[in-house]
Amino acid sequence: MSLFELQRQLRDHLLSEEKAIADRIRGEPQKGLAVYHHAYRAQLVDCLRDTYEKVAAWLGDDGFETSARRYIETHPPRSWTLGDYGANFVDALAVLYPDDPEVAELAWLDWALRRAFDGADAEPVDAAQLDDVDWDRAVFTFVPTLRLNAVVTNCAALWSAMAENQMPPLAERLAEAANIRVWRRDLTSHFKTISPREARALRLGVEGMSFGEICQIAIDETDEAQAVAAASELLGAWLSDGLVCRIR
Amino acid sequence: MHSPKPFHGFGLGLRPPHYQDFLARNVPVDFVEVISENFMVAGGRPLRIMDAVRERFPVAMHGVSMSVGSADGLREDYLVRLKTLADRVRPLWVSDHLCWTGVEGFNSHDLLPLPYTEEALEIVCANVLHAQDVLERPLLLENPSSYLVFADDVMSEWEFIAEMCRRTGCFLLLDVNNIYVSGTNHGFDPMTYLAGIPADRVRQIHLAGHSAGRDLLIDTHDHPVPAPVWNLYEAALGRVGPVATMIERDDNIPLLDELLAELDIARSRATAWRGAA
Repeated sequence: MSLFELQRQLRDHLLSEEKAIADRIRGEPQKGLAVYHHAYRAQLVDCLRDTYEKVAAWLGDDGFETSARRYIETHPPRSWTLGDYGANFVDALAVLYPDDPEVAELAWLDWALRRAFDGADAEPVDAAQLDDVDWDRAVFTFVPTLRLNAVVTNCAALWSAMAENQMPPLAERLAEAANIRVWRRDLTSHFKTISPREARALRLGVEGMSFGEICQIAIDETDEAQAVAAASELLGAWLSDGLVCRIR
Repeated sequence: MHSPKPFHGFGLGLRPPHYQDFLARNVPVDFVEVISENFMVAGGRPLRIMDAVRERFPVAMHGVSMSVGSADGLREDYLVRLKTLADRVRPLWVSDHLCWTGVEGFNSHDLLPLPYTEEALEIVCANVLHAQDVLERPLLLENPSSYLVFADDVMSEWEFIAEMCRRTGCFLLLDVNNIYVSGTNHGFDPMTYLAGIPADRVRQIHLAGHSAGRDLLIDTHDHPVPAPVWNLYEAALGRVGPVATMIERDDNIPLLDELLAELDIARSRATAWRGAA
């Protein structure tokens, strides 16, 4: 048998306990195969537990392990790095827990913060050096770790309580949908719950719309003075939080 | 391609619970070994830690994902990322394992065993030569622990390793615990293994602990180095001479001082061996 065929057979055993590989092994094949079959899954469960630490705390050991093992059965790893494993766990949890939206939302926070942790470096612009910017035409480049997600639950409060080893509050739906942005400044990952107005402006800014165009959309919907004041406040927050790494 | 310079120090694996120790204390090690993949990231704290550690210690890069035994070849994106890290770190050497981790895009993230056949040897050698070309440096390859033996084997693991070194010019990371574990699991004499490897290619030794499973010894790296592995270490020194030696602990990681005390045992074993020799 070729090496390629043998490797396919051992892979199939890892994934589905396919027995064909046993004929290629001396002695008592099941003893050794069981070691590899167990190690494959145990390592992936550990990886998910490490990445999705707050989800694991929220679901408890049994609930998390059950969810992780169901994910593993349908998501064989393909990347060279374990860091990528779990990229679809948020979506999988949304399917597994359709009546508990806080689970997938907590998972999104875990995943976005982990990706921000070792995401690309970027130096935020210095707010004190922006005298020459033509704000009407200004287009922003945001730090590459910035992520935005719409949420319907108090997942941020749950995450924060668990991070501080406090008893988390009960999960509940928010009175109105909110948004959370995640980003990293220097070496520290952050998240912040933001208004629908900021979320929309941020999405437009990420898409490349100029600050003047973003302001104009707001002016068209409300009075000019209010819109300009609100946009200035948003801009101040983006700059002081270190979200913007280039203005052109 | 230059051979890695001989380096005779005693080191530890750099693991997250000990990052602060290595940055804040004067840790008495001659080198540290890092898991390459943990630092093959875009940015952030891992690379900042790597740069700071590298200022203080020589670093050996040890990978787990090259998969030199994959029948469908190496991943070019992986090699490029590894080369980028190696250029940044300027390591003592770059090592990985004599194993395969996946095929056809699947990656088990486990060190899977190879059959010791002529075809597997040709594939491994082609992959090692390609990796060495991309990395522009020779590889060190580590003997893995294994839990099964293939029916198609036509040579022993040590014969396979000797021929791999001859054909590719690669070097060896000799894991003494893995020899003991595989020897126990498969019924070969570790001394025969030591006698069969090309001693002049060994640049580093790993020491670790293992666990007794229901049927087999398992290479768990979660215990102190046990007595039989210490004894085999002395025998290995007799075969390969003084080379860089490291304690490898990946689970149940104790306080750094406990590992440093274990490393002192390695130093005293090496000193005793030199005295006897």
